[in-house]
Amino acid sequence: MTARGPAVEIRDLTATHQRHPAVHHVSARFEPGSLTAIVGPNGAGKTTLLRSIAGLHRIDSGRVAITGIPSGASPRLALLPQQSGMDRAFPILCLDVVMQGMWSKLGAFGAASAADRDRAQAALEAVGLGGFARRPVGAMSAGQFQRLLFARLLVQDADLILLDEPFNAVDARTAADLLAVVRRWHGEGRTVMAVLHDMDLVRDEFPHCLLLARECVASGPTAEVLSAANRLRARRMAEAWDETAPACAA
Amino acid sequence: MEALFGPFVEFGFMRRALVGCLALSVAAPLLGIFLMLRRTSLTAEVLAHGVTPGIAAGFLIAGLSVPAMSIGGLVAGLVVAVGAGALSRATGGREDAALTALYLIALALGVTLVSLRGDTGDLTHLLFGQVLGVDDPALLLMAGVATLTLPVLALGWRPLALECFDPGFAQAEGVGGGAWHLAFLGLVVLNVLAAFQAMGTLMAVGLMMLPAVAARHWSRELAGLAYAAVGLAAAASLGGLLASYHLDLPSGPAIVLAAGGLWVVSVVAGPVDGLLARWLRRPHLAG
Repeated sequence: MTARGPAVEIRDLTATHQRHPAVHHVSARFEPGSLTAIVGPNGAGKTTLLRSIAGLHRIDSGRVAITGIPSGASPRLALLPQQSGMDRAFPILCLDVVMQGMWSKLGAFGAASAADRDRAQAALEAVGLGGFARRPVGAMSAGQFQRLLFARLLVQDADLILLDEPFNAVDARTAADLLAVVRRWHGEGRTVMAVLHDMDLVRDEFPHCLLLARECVASGPTAEVLSAANRLRARRMAEAWDETAPACAA
Repeated sequence: MEALFGPFVEFGFMRRALVGCLALSVAAPLLGIFLMLRRTSLTAEVLAHGVTPGIAAGFLIAGLSVPAMSIGGLVAGLVVAVGAGALSRATGGREDAALTALYLIALALGVTLVSLRGDTGDLTHLLFGQVLGVDDPALLLMAGVATLTLPVLALGWRPLALECFDPGFAQAEGVGGGAWHLAFLGLVVLNVLAAFQAMGTLMAVGLMMLPAVAARHWSRELAGLAYAAVGLAAAASLGGLLASYHLDLPSGPAIVLAAGGLWVVSVVAGPVDGLLARWLRRPHLAG
């Protein structure tokens, strides 16, 4: 199985919130087709790192390089944000949410073909929401809504998939079903990164790991990265927050 | 029958007002739906009052002339739209207090300007509308605005909806929601201006917001909301103009009251979260 996903190379990346670094001089490399967990304490810069890779957060210094993919096309990227930014009361049907994943193909004016609709319906079935096509999103539970967002990701058919806390606030069954989707993406050779808090899950399912505490504490094979010494170091670094810090000299 | 059709058969000004208001009913409620979904209903209010000083300035210079008042209103409306956007960014989205200050000032300024030259009749016309005010230029303005609004909304429908529902996703996919939102605010200003002749600046937002808010009780889906809002607005226009004629009421408040009545009916009897539906307990489904 050759990888269809791109490699992601982060070099000396710094991204800030009001000049305070959320991600501070971080370097890491993610191989094509790799499945990586991004872990670290709250406020460690995990979300900011994902958003920087997706080009949604202004980079202060350093760079993110997403290399080409075997097919020669420019790699497509999909981000699953945390749910809090969405309007769950919006009057829209589930099938239409999944169809949003075809934005890059249909744009603002393109007409959806019957095949497009079938693909959206198939994505709903793949996440266990087969009968929900005509259901308004307002009637869904948090877990069902997360399944729906995964269906949209399936339709996006991206080469690089960034997941921000994908299994938060969902039950064990939903998490297991959605994890199966992540495994499927990995099996198809896509590059996947997921911000996670469940260390057992990371150890069992994610071959690679990046431990972040604003700075990169460790990255590489999961068993090595999640050593007791590294985790202690991460906790100490995250707790240090200096309101009067001078400008960084590095 | 005679009460229903008589005024329109008999009087040209009633026909013009009806055609103008129906044109507005097709366009303005669609804008209202997006304003409601973005939870920015206050913005519409601010824009409507924001055009007042411009219209008043046009009136000061040229009297009750549609082109002069429209250009003045357009300039003032765009200034307020840009200013409201800047305020919103500067206050991190918690702009309601500043916006309220803005529209109170704009309204007071407009009324002051009109009182400098006009009499109470002019002021009533400006604030509450006047069916007789719908002359040919005004009718052209109303129809033209509706004609512009519909295709722009048709093209921007997906970006606007996506931006409302999931701004993070819209940004990641490069939907260009910001540019569409600016175009959208421009359309709101134009629709408020077009509505002002028949409904006055105080009431111009009524036909935009009330049908949109009422439509929430008729559909759970964006497209359904659009059809319901347009239907309710057209009914309110017809009903309001008839009430205005028969009961000798100012047309703006009459149309808004008709829309308000339809809203009450929707809250009580609408199939989606209506009060009757809540009282009428139907047996739950098996699965």
